[in-house]
Amino acid sequence: MSSDKQPESKLELSGVKKTFGSNKVLQGIDLAIPKGKSLVVIGGSGTGKSVMLKCVLGLITPDEGSIKVDGKETVSIDAKERDKLMRKFGMLFQGGALFDSMSIWENVAFGLIQGRGMDRKDAKGIALEKIKAVGLREEVAKLYPAELSGGMQKRVSLARAIAANPEIIFFDEPTTGLDPIMADVINELISSTVRQMGATALSITHDMASARKIADEVAMIYQGQIIWRGPVDDLDDSGNEYVEQFIHGRAEGPITDDAKSLRHAA
Amino acid sequence: MSTETKEHPIADHIVHDTKSAVDYVLDACAAIGHTIMHLFQSIGALSIFIGRSITHVFLPPFFPRLIGRQIIDIGYYSLPVVGMTALFTGMVLALQSYTGFTRFNAESAVAAVVVLSMTRELAPVLAGLMVAGRVGASMAAEIGTMRVTEQIDALTTLSVNPFKYLIAPRIIAGTLMLPLLVLIGDIVGVFGGYVVSIYNLGFSPGSYLSQSWDILERIDVLSGLFKAAAFGFIVAVMGCYHGFHSKRGAQGVGAATTYAVVSSSILILIANYILTQVFFS
Repeated sequence: MSSDKQPESKLELSGVKKTFGSNKVLQGIDLAIPKGKSLVVIGGSGTGKSVMLKCVLGLITPDEGSIKVDGKETVSIDAKERDKLMRKFGMLFQGGALFDSMSIWENVAFGLIQGRGMDRKDAKGIALEKIKAVGLREEVAKLYPAELSGGMQKRVSLARAIAANPEIIFFDEPTTGLDPIMADVINELISSTVRQMGATALSITHDMASARKIADEVAMIYQGQIIWRGPVDDLDDSGNEYVEQFIHGRAEGPITDDAKSLRHAA
Repeated sequence: MSTETKEHPIADHIVHDTKSAVDYVLDACAAIGHTIMHLFQSIGALSIFIGRSITHVFLPPFFPRLIGRQIIDIGYYSLPVVGMTALFTGMVLALQSYTGFTRFNAESAVAAVVVLSMTRELAPVLAGLMVAGRVGASMAAEIGTMRVTEQIDALTTLSVNPFKYLIAPRIIAGTLMLPLLVLIGDIVGVFGGYVVSIYNLGFSPGSYLSQSWDILERIDVLSGLFKAAAFGFIVAVMGCYHGFHSKRGAQGVGAATTYAVVSSSILILIANYILTQVFFS
């Protein structure tokens, strides 16, 4: 009865499983995020972080388990309900996923114009406001994604994610491919934006600096299960050998041993 | 157990040698069965894709701006390549049929052969194949790149259905524009045959045109236009399908592009036979 402990869970996953062929990617994910909190899921490559996120977004249907938003089940809902649900979500993709055939302001306003039927002029006004909110100058609005640096593209992607004032924002590896300074700028921006909006955030990353900066709570995923969860301040005293090895980036430890045994088995 | 086998290659060799003829037959059957299963899976996946695409063609919301852009891309920008193909095909057809028919003293049939061949077969099939190469490849590459760079997932998270936004406009534009291209191809092809017949082969302009007009029936043109609509649908569907299911990386997008062109070209040729049988048998 996790709902007794956290009555205001905005997003709740229980027993979520997903298998691709013989590869059991998610083996029963249990996770709840209270309203207005930021949870960061850490874990190595291939541990199921991205698949978990895609299950929540409805891009992949889980084989088993429940995903609730505001207490309502979202697995196997019809297209109309899914459409309503997606309006609560904002998503920053790992590579930005900006539409390269559109200008920056059109990218930011895309969800407002095409998804919600807003007038182009009104949507442009909001887009310019959001572009400024992520620290970009208004002149950038006329450019195309290919004309921007990686850091600027991340900012635009963040502006697009928050354009419709979503209730839940997802961040997929927000600092991948950025230099440390730009990564810190993006982390700062994410942290301040989420707090200002009062949104609930679920991020996945293997960048510990990013996790420490944007998380209220941290969870570690390993072999398709959440093996540890706690406040970000407890991360260094987790008492979990997997977490300790991961956050210190050690080659030796239980995670490497498992990887070795997997290689031997193969 | 597997470790033991690896440590004893001789034992492993003996195991392989003891494989009986029945085992080889069963292996071959398994491989054939796997291929057939894969074929049916692909047909099933394509059928579901076509069903979903057609549903979204007729259900709102519509994206007229995107349909317009695709109409320009498929129709206007394919005009030079289709026009050139039709022009030279019509010219070659006149030359070839003339040199062949002189052996039977049937030179007067050149006009009829050119006009019927162009309207019934050559303009629709050649336009279909040219558009498959130009437009089908570009659709698969564009949508495949969007898939690989998560732009299609981004559409979904922004409450926009990718079938409505990406697939439906291309199918509408492909199905509408290919008949128009073929109609222009018919005229250009017949004109090519006319130019060669008049200025090279010495035909009289008046009698060539009257022979062409007299032999031509409404069904000749309409069947070609109907075929063109079917080919436009095939090109758009196969380009979108392979792009939409593109695998990761540059290699995945490259493979999607190749599959789109090859599969749409083959389907055009098969559909052409079936439609010809329906119209003229």
